[in-house]
Amino acid sequence: MFELLEMLDMPFFRRALVAAALIGFTNGFVSGFVLLRRSSLALSALGHTMLPGIVIVVLITGVLDQVGAFMGALLASLLVGLGSIAVTRHTRLPQSTALAIFFTSAFALGVVLLKYVHTSQDLEEWLFGSILSVSDADLKVFFGIASFTLLSATLFMRPLLLTLFEPNVAAVQGVGVRWMNYLLYALMIFALMASFQAVGSILSIGLLVVPGAIVSLFTNHTRWLFWGGGVVGCLGSVLAVIISIPLNIPTGPAIVLVLGALFLVAYLCSPNYSPFKRSPKT
Amino acid sequence: MSKCNHSHAHGQTHDLIIEDLEVAYRHNTVLKDISLHAHCGSSVALVGPNGAGKSTLLKAIAGLVKRRTGRITWSGEDNLKCRGGEFAYLPQHEEVNWDFPITVRGVVEMGRYSQLGPWKKFTKQDDLAVEKALSLMEMDGELANRQISELSGGQKQRAFIARSVAQEAHVLLLDEPFTGLDRDHTANLTRLLRKLAQENRLVIASHHDVNTLADIFDHVLLLNRQIVAYGECQSILTEENLTLTFKNTANV
Repeated sequence: MFELLEMLDMPFFRRALVAAALIGFTNGFVSGFVLLRRSSLALSALGHTMLPGIVIVVLITGVLDQVGAFMGALLASLLVGLGSIAVTRHTRLPQSTALAIFFTSAFALGVVLLKYVHTSQDLEEWLFGSILSVSDADLKVFFGIASFTLLSATLFMRPLLLTLFEPNVAAVQGVGVRWMNYLLYALMIFALMASFQAVGSILSIGLLVVPGAIVSLFTNHTRWLFWGGGVVGCLGSVLAVIISIPLNIPTGPAIVLVLGALFLVAYLCSPNYSPFKRSPKT
Repeated sequence: MSKCNHSHAHGQTHDLIIEDLEVAYRHNTVLKDISLHAHCGSSVALVGPNGAGKSTLLKAIAGLVKRRTGRITWSGEDNLKCRGGEFAYLPQHEEVNWDFPITVRGVVEMGRYSQLGPWKKFTKQDDLAVEKALSLMEMDGELANRQISELSGGQKQRAFIARSVAQEAHVLLLDEPFTGLDRDHTANLTRLLRKLAQENRLVIASHHDVNTLADIFDHVLLLNRQIVAYGECQSILTEENLTLTFKNTANV
């Protein structure tokens, strides 16, 4: 306990805690949408795709910063996403297959290109996260992402849910389904960008999937998925940052490990789904 | 209840007019030379073999598929402008996300989006419409609070019909609404569809049971990628027309 209080005196640690809270909440909130959209796999693909995007931007500009990284990640994921849609449309391949081909190729390209990048130290942080080294400017970005997510998701919750439930009926009822899909895509990309900093590109999908999954074990109300997911993501990430330092383990993996452990506990204790509590009937 | 009743006081009817419609998925022409005229206060059954284009015709009217040629208008307006109030659409079930954590009542409440849009508050009137739709489909009481993932096939179908009814739309486009319903609920839905037509709505539904057709609908459209015959049930449902509709599948 003393140790924690002492650590709180250190600015880097305070920044890390705030970052973990913001990133954890944003990702947890968006994880509800990921769950309802049944798009965990596609998102994992996008997370991996961001690596080559960022590497290429670094190769061109020679520096690694938030804006450049964001643009690179966005362009790469758009290329892969649209490319897989185009291939699906013109062949008989299912989109998940097309996506798998594109994103593994893109990721492999990113790993090859890493060789030519001189700031490889920083890039390792992009791969596995570096929440202990966030700056005040980074915190503003995370705050912006969290605010945008909360504001747009709250404003458009109704049409978003209708779109996720049954897009054709939603369209006939007057929902701008296409715009809602763009918004969902944007929310997911923003959340992924934020979790890059916390847990890195490879593990980012964990932060964006697990919180919603945990909450879904306990509730039958759609809206709880978002707020509950936000709270779980936030608390889990903050807890992970706190324990990672005395235990001397890397923070990014610690966050995903804590969430994974929480999921296991939730599964074992869940009133509806626990393997220990099945009624004799079923 | 609907805009239709009001305008009828002025002696107007509302017409669905399809002219020269053609729909194709890639190089495969699904619907060709479709022209027809239907008006509110009636019900039309779409009948034809598998792959005849019944679902596609419903989607085309709802504005959900691209048409290669042709025009679809409802009371003089292009059908794409009629979304968000005038049309209710009941799809077949494959497209629905059944894992959604939502109750039957929640599903039916979604039907009020046309009236409420993204921000308006749920009013007493919306509550009444939802409650009425639930009881019409016998999904009220305990069933209304069940998760949709826990429903049987027929109950799912009833929940979705209730959602369409709660929209209080002018035109109901129903894709195989009788699928999965038992005998009593089939009779119930038959009464409901007749009632909807009497309320001056236009009901268009795909249907595969030729024997019960005339009990439920007043018009029938025999379809096999093109219109084979269209008109009042008695005059259209001849042995000859039916043979023509169901025989040609392989040749088209």
